[in-house]
Amino acid sequence: MNSMILLPPFLPLLLGAFAAILLRGKLRNIIMLLTPVIGAANLYALEPGIFWSLEFMGYALEPVRIDKLSLMFGYLFHIASLIAIIYALHVKDTVQHVSGLAYAASAVGAVFAGDLLTLFIFWELLALTSVFLIWARRTDRAYSSGIRYLIIQVLSGVMLLAGLLIFAKINNSLLFNEIGLEHEGLAEIGAWLIFLAFGIKCAFPFVHNWLTDSYPESTPTGTIFLASFTTKVAVYAFARGFPGTELLVWIGVTMACFPIFFAVIENDLRRVLAYSLINQIGFMIVGIGIGTAVALNGAVAHAFNDVIFKGLLMMTMGAVLHMTGKINGSELGGLYKSMPKTTVFCIVGAASISAFPLFSGFVSKSMIMSAAVAEGYDVVWLLLLFAAAGVFHHAGIKIPYFAFFAHDSGIRTTEPPRNMLIAMGLAAALCILIGSFPAQTVYALLPWDSVYQPYDITHVLTQLQLLFFSALAFVWLNLRHMYPPELPSTNLDADWFYRKLAPAFIKRFASAVYGMYANTEKLAIASIKQMIQNSYDSEEEKPKGYFARLWPTETMVVWVAVLLAVYLLLNYI
Amino acid sequence: MLEQHLAALPIILPLIAAPLTLLLGRSILSWGFATFVSGCASVVAWQLLLAALSNGALSYAVGGWPPPWGIELRIDAANAFVLLAVTTISTLVLIYSKDSIQKEIEAHKHSLYFTAHLLCLAGLSGILVTGDAFNLFVFLEISSLATYTLVSLASDRRCLTSAFRYLVMGTIGATFILIGVGLLYMKTGTLNMLDLANRIAPYESSRTINTGLAFVMVGVSIKLALFPLHMWLPPAYTHAPSAVTAFLASTATKVAVYVMIRFIFTIFGVEHVFHEMNIDLILMALAIVAIFKCSYMATVQSNVKTVLAYSSVAQIGYMILGISLVSVTGLMAGLIHIFNHALMKGALFMAVGAVFYRVGSVDIKAFRGLGKQMPLTMAAFTIAGLSIIGVPLTVGFVSKWYLVTAALEQNQWILAALVLGGSLLAVVYIGRIIEAAYFQDLSDTLDPNDIKEVPLLMLAPMWTLVIANIYFGIDTSITTEAATSASEWLFQNHNLQEVSP
Repeated sequence: MNSMILLPPFLPLLLGAFAAILLRGKLRNIIMLLTPVIGAANLYALEPGIFWSLEFMGYALEPVRIDKLSLMFGYLFHIASLIAIIYALHVKDTVQHVSGLAYAASAVGAVFAGDLLTLFIFWELLALTSVFLIWARRTDRAYSSGIRYLIIQVLSGVMLLAGLLIFAKINNSLLFNEIGLEHEGLAEIGAWLIFLAFGIKCAFPFVHNWLTDSYPESTPTGTIFLASFTTKVAVYAFARGFPGTELLVWIGVTMACFPIFFAVIENDLRRVLAYSLINQIGFMIVGIGIGTAVALNGAVAHAFNDVIFKGLLMMTMGAVLHMTGKINGSELGGLYKSMPKTTVFCIVGAASISAFPLFSGFVSKSMIMSAAVAEGYDVVWLLLLFAAAGVFHHAGIKIPYFAFFAHDSGIRTTEPPRNMLIAMGLAAALCILIGSFPAQTVYALLPWDSVYQPYDITHVLTQLQLLFFSALAFVWLNLRHMYPPELPSTNLDADWFYRKLAPAFIKRFASAVYGMYANTEKLAIASIKQMIQNSYDSEEEKPKGYFARLWPTETMVVWVAVLLAVYLLLNYI
Repeated sequence: MLEQHLAALPIILPLIAAPLTLLLGRSILSWGFATFVSGCASVVAWQLLLAALSNGALSYAVGGWPPPWGIELRIDAANAFVLLAVTTISTLVLIYSKDSIQKEIEAHKHSLYFTAHLLCLAGLSGILVTGDAFNLFVFLEISSLATYTLVSLASDRRCLTSAFRYLVMGTIGATFILIGVGLLYMKTGTLNMLDLANRIAPYESSRTINTGLAFVMVGVSIKLALFPLHMWLPPAYTHAPSAVTAFLASTATKVAVYVMIRFIFTIFGVEHVFHEMNIDLILMALAIVAIFKCSYMATVQSNVKTVLAYSSVAQIGYMILGISLVSVTGLMAGLIHIFNHALMKGALFMAVGAVFYRVGSVDIKAFRGLGKQMPLTMAAFTIAGLSIIGVPLTVGFVSKWYLVTAALEQNQWILAALVLGGSLLAVVYIGRIIEAAYFQDLSDTLDPNDIKEVPLLMLAPMWTLVIANIYFGIDTSITTEAATSASEWLFQNHNLQEVSP
């Protein structure tokens, strides 16, 4: 071990990013593939403890701190980046390669940050590096979506900064340990700011739009990177900063349930996956909120598995988009004839996300569910059960069904390039490996001490029943033509959702909440648009009206007089 | 011998060199000479900063007349710090201007440009080192007159009206300062700053002195382009030659901020200005409006120089906000931002000048596709732009950090939020330009073979500033130490005992 020079964990990926700027062709591909491997080897050699500490503006900083929790996420991010790199190998666009690697490096840096300031730096870097993956699609929609994404992400960073400044002032320390929401006075505001900053990155309800808005606009390969890192860094931050915060249980349940309705009616299959991403994060957040060792282990294990199976599903949809140029459920169908391998991979991913026994989702999702029961959260358990059934519905059945089976759309294509197939195969193999041998793989990495055995009769039977009835419901609805059809016009919009689909009991509540939310949002967007329209002539690309005016000198002289008068009047007050 | 007169050299060197530059006539000769002189001035400034940090304030009696009768030059941590920034940037801009002015100033005016630049430098250095209120006014006029000349040198004819507007407003400002100093002289009979401070203190609230204060504050506010007295600045910066804009944006307004600090803290005293007159409230309100209104104005402009000019007015808002917090940390944040903003804006305007040099326009449309054609210039622009936004590892972050800390120290939550919110607007106006440069294609009218990197003499000073942006963003010890000691020194009124006439 000592023969190797040890590097800070984020450095190998960052160096890889620099290499990708300079190199081209085969050499770049080799270097890019080696980068995560070397990074993981470096990680393996590192000892738990503080790797690097320094003093900055009077505060002790620990830019690299290594413990079991960060190591687990560190390995995960290296695996994810290796898969994503293989998947993107055929792409010639330097911007995507560089920003993908730099983005992975920022994610690794963030999970090894031992203090809030370092965390903040990587937090912002995550936003800045990833936005290029969205812009790389080079469409107008992607561009404006990227801008919205960037603004929200930077806002999250700004809130984190404000929160950490308060903490630095009160505790005189910037170290990132458990924060919790129970504080007095100022510290409470600080804790809430940090909580919300994490929450934005984690796609909490009402601040989730950036995710479903921007991920489907990215390039087929860029989405794989995006789906792997940002939200998982936020899950890590919650696991470190707010374990056992009860509020998180309820937020998590909401996140697990509400995207299901949207996912069922959404037509863009990658957007369906974006909704199911929020749903899966909901499970993790519940686990963190429960806060027992089993629940926390379940949360991080689920994060680990989710990156791989969600990545796999995203990759299969990316492959479909890459080969056919279409991604709407209504335009696809019958692809299993021309893309059999992709179909198999997609089904493996679907089985994993639906938590079939022997697939990876099962071993981690059941941990969270059992922990919920053990801690007496019965309602939560029921809601999670509902969410699990919903996942099976939209991700487990809908995605493979509409893309590869359903009615034949007449599209004839071929399997995607070999590197894409290899990446999908790798992820599929991992899904089955983890699901079948959890104790040797993901459980070995778990940071908290607890014993858990997923494969007992109760768990397996419950899960199979759930899946069976869920599948039955889908088949029945489909046969009776009651399943929401995939319409080309379906553009997801809060109006459509609550007017046409939801049954009466949701209608009242949801319409009030969403109506208010949508109205406020509309009003805010309209007033900002109005302001921009008044001041900017977008056709001629120059300012207009008040903002283009060159103020005459008289105006300024008047202001001089006014200001002087104000100063003098202050004399008498 | 030279050691004794070190304090006078930053003024004397450029002042004597200026007419000599005019006599040299030829462009290349006058460039070399002016650059050399400015370089010497920055070496002197460095020596002075070291001396001031180790020995405390230095005093120099001009012509051997001891203060308070004669003119005194005083060097302390605060002005030595700013002096070093001003002279160094002047040198970098002069190096840069050799190629830059070829495209923007007619050949027969080149030696005039160097002369005016040196005169302006002499005036700015004079303002910084002088310890005499009237003398300050004189140097202010020297630098201002030189500045009007510099602005009007561009071959673009619109610079003439801009320069004229600037001249009218600048003169009003200078007149106000003169009236203010006159009122003080009327009441106290002295012009030496320390002596003035001693003699003002006993008058609890004299109407004459308060009126003097009001005139000085308004006059200085015009000079430093505090909102809403900033209207001369955007046209002047837009139409002046790029090298001139780079120099003025990073020095002239900063020196005016220094003048405001000097008047408030040294002459009138914190107690009087803030606690009795409540001027901090006015300054704070104007600063906040400046940050938001002018940042927004910057987001809709199409001329990149105008964008940066409005951004300058907004950044001056941050400095004034620091001062208006009336605390050691706040003042320190203001001082550090003076230095840091000089680094950012210098680099940005140099990059814009480089674009003009190749493309011949600074409209945002001209930036399209330049990321590929001029990679070094646009990389410099991007890094300096990130610094304006306040991204960590750049100086912009250090400034924001201290400003937010200062606001939080006084539990000014809203203020801290506003400071951070303002940086979101900076994301927009810098982001627009970066997007054009990297994600759009070169416009068809331009031949890709013509648009290549600018000469080394333009790139080197630009990148020096960019590297300084990163260096001082990571190693903050030098800047924070200097700014902290300067601001602590300004807050203690220990100068009261030193001079006894």
